[in-house]
Amino acid sequence: MTEIAEPMQTAAPVSLHTGNAATKRLKARYAAERRFRLYGILAIVFACSMLVILLSTLLKEGTSAFFQTEVKLAVTIDAGTIDPQGTGNPAEWDRGAFQTLVSDALYKEFPEVTGRLEKRDVRGLISPVAGVRLGQMLDKDPSLVGQTIEVWLPASDGINQIVKGGIDRDLPELQRPINDQQLAWFDSLEQRGDVRSAFNTTFFTASDSNYPELAGLLGAAVGTLLTMLVTLAISLPIGVAAAVYLEEFAPKNRFTEIIEVNINNLAAVPSIVFGLLGLAVFLNFFGMPRSAPLVGGLVLGLLVLPTIIIASRAALKAVPPSIREAALGMGASKLQAVMHHVLPLAMPGIMTGTIIGMAHAVGETAPLLMIGMNAFVTSAPDSLLASSSVLPVQIFIWADKPERGFVELTSAAILVLLAFLILMNGAAIWLRKKFERRW
Amino acid sequence: MSVTLTVAVLLFLSLAGFWLGRNRAVAVAGGRIANLHSVPTYYGTYMALWAGLPALVLILAWMALRGTVMDWMVLSAMSPEQLEAWARVMLAPAELEALLPTIADGASALTQTHRQLLLINIGNLAAGQALYVNPGVIDAITPAAGHLSQLRGLADWTLFGAVMALAGGTLAFTWSKIGPEFRARNNVERIVTALLVLCSTIAVLTTVGIVLSLLFESIRFFTKVPVTEFLFGLQWSPQTAIRADQVGSSGAFGAVPLFTGTLLIATIAMIVAAPVGLMSAIYLSEYAPKRVRGLVKPILEILAGVPTVVYGFFAILTVAPFIRDLGAFFGIPISSQSALAAGVVMGVMIVPFVSSLADDVINAVPQSLRDGSYGLGATKSETIRQVVMPAALPGIVGAMLLAVSRAIGETMIVVMAAGLQASLTLNPLASVTTVTVQIKSILVGDQEFDSAKTLSVFALGLVLFLVTLALNVIALRIVQKYREKYD
Amino acid sequence: MDSMTLNKPVQAAVTQPVKMSARDVKVFYGAKRALHGVNVDLYQNEVLAMIGPSGCGKSTFLRTLNRMNDTIDICRVEGKILLDGQDIYDPRLDVVQLRARVGMVFQKPNPFPKSIYENVIYGPKLHGLATRKDEFDAIVETSLKRAGLWNEVKDRLHEPGTGLSGGQQQRLCIARAVAVSPEVILMDEPCSALDPIATAHIEELIDELRESFTIAIVTHNMQQAARVSQRTAFFHLGDLVEVGDTEEIFTNPRDERTQGYITGRYG
Repeated sequence: MTEIAEPMQTAAPVSLHTGNAATKRLKARYAAERRFRLYGILAIVFACSMLVILLSTLLKEGTSAFFQTEVKLAVTIDAGTIDPQGTGNPAEWDRGAFQTLVSDALYKEFPEVTGRLEKRDVRGLISPVAGVRLGQMLDKDPSLVGQTIEVWLPASDGINQIVKGGIDRDLPELQRPINDQQLAWFDSLEQRGDVRSAFNTTFFTASDSNYPELAGLLGAAVGTLLTMLVTLAISLPIGVAAAVYLEEFAPKNRFTEIIEVNINNLAAVPSIVFGLLGLAVFLNFFGMPRSAPLVGGLVLGLLVLPTIIIASRAALKAVPPSIREAALGMGASKLQAVMHHVLPLAMPGIMTGTIIGMAHAVGETAPLLMIGMNAFVTSAPDSLLASSSVLPVQIFIWADKPERGFVELTSAAILVLLAFLILMNGAAIWLRKKFERRW
Repeated sequence: MSVTLTVAVLLFLSLAGFWLGRNRAVAVAGGRIANLHSVPTYYGTYMALWAGLPALVLILAWMALRGTVMDWMVLSAMSPEQLEAWARVMLAPAELEALLPTIADGASALTQTHRQLLLINIGNLAAGQALYVNPGVIDAITPAAGHLSQLRGLADWTLFGAVMALAGGTLAFTWSKIGPEFRARNNVERIVTALLVLCSTIAVLTTVGIVLSLLFESIRFFTKVPVTEFLFGLQWSPQTAIRADQVGSSGAFGAVPLFTGTLLIATIAMIVAAPVGLMSAIYLSEYAPKRVRGLVKPILEILAGVPTVVYGFFAILTVAPFIRDLGAFFGIPISSQSALAAGVVMGVMIVPFVSSLADDVINAVPQSLRDGSYGLGATKSETIRQVVMPAALPGIVGAMLLAVSRAIGETMIVVMAAGLQASLTLNPLASVTTVTVQIKSILVGDQEFDSAKTLSVFALGLVLFLVTLALNVIALRIVQKYREKYD
Repeated sequence: MDSMTLNKPVQAAVTQPVKMSARDVKVFYGAKRALHGVNVDLYQNEVLAMIGPSGCGKSTFLRTLNRMNDTIDICRVEGKILLDGQDIYDPRLDVVQLRARVGMVFQKPNPFPKSIYENVIYGPKLHGLATRKDEFDAIVETSLKRAGLWNEVKDRLHEPGTGLSGGQQQRLCIARAVAVSPEVILMDEPCSALDPIATAHIEELIDELRESFTIAIVTHNMQQAARVSQRTAFFHLGDLVEVGDTEEIFTNPRDERTQGYITGRYG
């Protein structure tokens, strides 16, 4: 059985493909291969690092916004100052006077200060709207009037930023909003233990404000919620109904073909054009109110409609024909077969598509600017017709403001928005995994 | 009687209709359900639908028209004297002078802007918010405000009455039709199918709405500014003067600088997104081990899901300063609103879009072509560059066109990172403005409704819509043809 | 050495040297074993046909001969395959070079979406077999002539290869493989997608190509194997059952499984 044994190791004849020239050429070809592969890796690295840079910048800028520097002051609530008419009714209080009380408390901390300019500098330590916080406290407990109470009040934006490092205290004096004297006063407050960094509850309980230390997201969040309710109420039923018709009932003719082409193209129309539609039709023609969640929801509903229709059709298409045939074979009408058997099976797919569409709508900004949802709203909207803002628009508004404090607020608001989106997309992925079915 | 309450009562009537219909069906069947054509639920549904739907349509129609009709009624009831008293306080002297000769015609003499101002005054007063109304005009418009409140109350009650009558009428009619022979299920299914058809036409109606609204306002704009000037004019400064005698009152509406600005930024974006998106798609589908693919794909999906306003903030916070500093380092002055910064960030936004489209396209190339190439001794990159890419070319072109369309229509990034100044330049380091930036900046803030400035927005919107539509139609066609080839 | 004696390759009457040889080749897809140890030799300038029922591993074996299985992630090959005495699975041996020496023609014609001319010069260009236009022209002409396609396409060399008929496409793919000047050509059911006339054309061609190349062909069609090959190997359920002179296999098979297959009792 010699032929079974290893064949003789003859030296391989040098052929066209194994010669020196071929080997050399091969080297160059492999170098090209490695370069090409490297380009691919570089592209991926570029894309990923952009996400990393984006997120780390936001985290770096934004996390500090969740904390606020507060200063402890002993404020004497002088009844004569806040209630000049002496009615005892909180509704009649002079709201402006609370800030005066705060200022008075500050002067007491620094008795050596007398000059008008110096006094102004002292006031610069505390937020110019700290009185609002004081007023809210007294609203809750009017019995404090006439007493001297120790309260923690928000520091001014300048101080806040210096404490958090947003502004470098070693900058030349003229380049920072807080001068040397103010720094010295603040340091002495800190030594007395009258300064703390507290969780910024205002950020979650207040609405927009011109003062970063008083601005919060509540109004925009409620606005987003109301708007999304309308969007969902519009786009889900209409989208599913349209998908059911096109997938299950529509005859193949010119009309349905137009609808299909139209839906595909509508999905790619720039969102700002939907804003113009909302402006021209809902506001100007139907006379609906500007800035209202109702109009915003309508516009976004039309915007996400194609997405939901396309996703729902895909989900319906994935249900095997055998299910329909089984139902029809039992004597069900076509509509019954669809409603009782096909639609329930397609529901997880439809929900996944809907959530993804809604996540898209939550981040949409441009069309809402067109219908005036960039209103300056200092309290949460209480109806679908009230003036309102939404999270992404709030981000846009804050991004435009010059104060340093708004930079961190913008970043923090983005973090909140992204958290929302990740939650929604996570829910969609979870749904898809949970109900994934292989026919 | 508020609309909400009317809707609630209607809902109740509809439910009652369901109950009535079902019971009626059972009754006429004499207790033997088998005698009926359909199950009793269908009789109930039939009545409920008939009770609810027509009245609901009535409510929607009324809500849509209520504002316009009432405004018209209130204004036409105002006397010339009241109008004049209001105008004397609220209007500028020149405007007042223009108005006075025709004031005897009543409210129709007012310009649209003034009419809106007047209506806002009346509305505020009627809502009890006299605070927002100039005290000097309160006397003049108090009767109109009263008229408005009265009309509102009346209108709501009228609606309620009409809805009740309609729903009651349909209930009675359908009730009388129910009998054992009545094909309730077929009737219900016909109604439901009609509703389904209606829903699927909403998408078409949206397109029609977009086209009509853009077209109408654009035509109004083109009566003020010639089309040729708009499309070919080289200067864009839409600031119209408040008073007719001011210098440069007409404004300039040559949109070419906006088009070049848009194209410049879109080009920069594509220079970033096309190679990065394409190469990452190639790497992911042809090279990456499964684990890497599982890790990178979600990252790209996150990039795709980041709202554009966040990218805009990223541009002004990080990228624009970085590019400016980089320029300063090399001694090149770069505007902090450079087209480069906006374009690069927009490119990053489009990368996942390009890569996911390209991924689909590359995967559609049959494996047999790759095998053929490997079988001849080609390396992977040779196969990709010389066989897969040429085969996928139409699909890739389609994907790129879709990406360009995306870049042209993108708003927030350019609104935040690009400039407002319309300059005719192709220098990526300079500040340019785009179509979408102008639309946003003109519309946000105070608007006068029939000025050329405001109307120009719709002409810009029309151009934007037509261009992106054309790109999409072509791209989708190419991609579809491509798919068919390999299916 | 039980399996080896079972699969004993029979020395053919031909006295050509061995071009390729497989020794105890086992192929796994994940945990599943698709080939259970195959031993066979491929002699220079012969046509070896591989037959057997579907899923018997004949295509899998063919693909191991130029390492096309490398493109499948879960596929693993054990044993030795020698080309001119060199192990082709030796990490020092380059797969690109190997495939230039061992070309392949596939089941379904797969011309690239390029012109006929570009299809043919694709390989030579990669491997640097020519640099000047006239050299490429010459390669195109000889390759197409050898594939018997020249007369049909010489006037439309720059039209897309995908526009040809199925049989023409397959001959283009053969021309494409020939143009690289390989030593061995592997053919994986090259006629299964073709009509009888085109099939006859290609079978003729294979016989002519034998003069310059060593050919291994997988086929479903026993008549085809009988017509084109000198030796035939019969595969069954991942085993090489027997290999020998084609005539002998078809007239006097030694194994009853071979007997069963060629007489049409199963397959």
